[in-house]
Amino acid sequence: MEEKQVLLDVKNLRTSFFTDSGEVKSVNDVSFHVNKREVVAIVGESGSGKSVTQLSIMQLIQSPPGKILGGEVWFRGENLLTFDQKKMRTVRGNGISMVFQEPMTSLNPVITVGNQLTEVLRVHHKGMTKKEAWERGIKALEAVGIPDPEARMKNYPFEMSGGMRQRVLIAIAVACSSELIIADEPTTALDVTTQAQVMELLMSLVQENGTSLIVVTHNLGLVTRYADRIYVMYAGRIVESGTAETIMKHPRHPYTLGLMESVPRLDSEKGEQLIPIQGTPPNLADIPEHCSFYDRCKYACEECLNKPHPPLREVEEGHCIACHLDVRGGREHA
Amino acid sequence: MPDKDILLRVENLKMYFPATKTLGGRVTNWVKAVDDISFEVERGKTYGLVGESGCGKTTTGKCILRINEATSGHIYYKDMDLVTASKSDIAKIRRKIQLIFQDPYGSLNPRQSCGDILREAVVLGPGRHDSKATKERVAELLQTVELLPDMADRYPHELSGGQRQRLGIARALACDPELIVCDEPVSALDVSIQAQIINLFQKIQKELGLTYVFIAHDLAVVRHIADTIGVMYLGHIVETMDAEEIFTHPMHPYTKALLSAVPITDYDVERSRHRILLEGEVPSPIHAPTGCPFHPRCRYATEACKHEMPRMKDYGNGHMVACHNTEAAQKDTVEQ
Repeated sequence: MEEKQVLLDVKNLRTSFFTDSGEVKSVNDVSFHVNKREVVAIVGESGSGKSVTQLSIMQLIQSPPGKILGGEVWFRGENLLTFDQKKMRTVRGNGISMVFQEPMTSLNPVITVGNQLTEVLRVHHKGMTKKEAWERGIKALEAVGIPDPEARMKNYPFEMSGGMRQRVLIAIAVACSSELIIADEPTTALDVTTQAQVMELLMSLVQENGTSLIVVTHNLGLVTRYADRIYVMYAGRIVESGTAETIMKHPRHPYTLGLMESVPRLDSEKGEQLIPIQGTPPNLADIPEHCSFYDRCKYACEECLNKPHPPLREVEEGHCIACHLDVRGGREHA
Repeated sequence: MPDKDILLRVENLKMYFPATKTLGGRVTNWVKAVDDISFEVERGKTYGLVGESGCGKTTTGKCILRINEATSGHIYYKDMDLVTASKSDIAKIRRKIQLIFQDPYGSLNPRQSCGDILREAVVLGPGRHDSKATKERVAELLQTVELLPDMADRYPHELSGGQRQRLGIARALACDPELIVCDEPVSALDVSIQAQIINLFQKIQKELGLTYVFIAHDLAVVRHIADTIGVMYLGHIVETMDAEEIFTHPMHPYTKALLSAVPITDYDVERSRHRILLEGEVPSPIHAPTGCPFHPRCRYATEACKHEMPRMKDYGNGHMVACHNTEAAQKDTVEQ
């Protein structure tokens, strides 16, 4: 196998929001990387900081109240965090594209799909004529499987269904031939059969164009099916990372374990009880010194309370957990 | 069967909404949101309705509560036909049928404290209501849904999503209902909280002998909580079966596609699973296809499917399928 090339390398990223109730540490010392042609999933519940991490990479954090406090984001040999907004614009779209959860709000409702597509193209490719851009727009719509692309170019977003709108957003990313697509909950607003279509489309981009993909999601089934590697986030930190196979088969952080036990499964035995994670996620404005999962963890012991939040440590090759204990999980151990 | 205690029976329910009208007010086009569906719900059991958005599952729920006036058909609650019953008759049993919504925030008055929200529901319920009894009942309800007693003084915006949904459940329980229509009650919640609420639903069902009509789009959730499942597509129920069978023996091509679209978390099984990718999208219910509603997207569709609406066929054990070509679909699965 060829040597894996790192495309995006995020190091010690910290982003906070300064609100009336204090500093909300949304992203707290997060490091991860994405290789070329790789599908990386960031898994977590709402408020775990998974979306803010992605927005920080793109420097789309609204400031104030948000602020990127530190860290490095290496992409194509450059640290994106040193870029100003003007220089950042050359990266957005060209290098990294983002596909958001709600396709209706990400598209301008009063501009036709075609004009939105060509606008992006002409911003990124100086000197492209309107006609050329229009032609490429049609090709992009065709590439994402929208039937009758010529006619669809003249449509407004409201004339399309949710799945179709999500395809348009992906088409914009395709048209710019981005190297990395960040998909933030790309299918949460869609029905399951449409979700399958959109995910297959994204995967075909990875296979055919060699694009890398970050999928931000809370859907564990989705990551089982599509991801190469997984990062699990909780309360602004990464608590477990590894290949999809290791994590889904042998999770070793109590939170990941808890998540898996609390999701109803299609293939479970009759009468099997769900084991919910007790309590609620901590308030990010007031994270404790000790492990942030302590209050909800069923394995928690005194050590967890007395020591500071555990750093990520490698428990086997490529498999890291942020936990003092070593809890073995998975189907065989359960 | 005489030994079954049927609490709710829906017969040939239709709910059409006018889509376009001429200037004279004549309706020329109908949205057939619910088109001729029938099902029964046994007392103390859970009937799950699954389907994608726009398939008519919520409209069915609304017809049961008579929020929508059904176009035709019957909904028998015990012996009363809810479709034709007079307003005053409905008022009498209104308390016995309750509704739990998807968005707990939108369904709670932001200006009322949690205690007030429950108090209002309790006072409208059966029995005497001096202030002491009401207070006790509110405390009891909070305890049932596992909320702390001091929650009564808080306002909805101070609660988390899970707590709000608990409050919504407590309010539904205030009048001692027999039947609760739950419309996507857990889909707005995070996964770890979702499990807490699902367990709560099951606990109170056991304790209070409640009957649920559980409407959701998440197959795994419905399979977990329901005893019987009805799969809806474009206003029709295309398959009903025991919840256990949906994963092991799905028969309708749509149910199969739906199942294969839901990824499961068992790594080896998931990565080797055969996937059926449906082409296109759900057609608009205004221009519903003739014959079987699923035929334009079905890989087993034959000429008959285009013209003739398949009837529900019984395959034993309460497994009913509305499809002309179950044999072809079945054979295909075996070959895979």
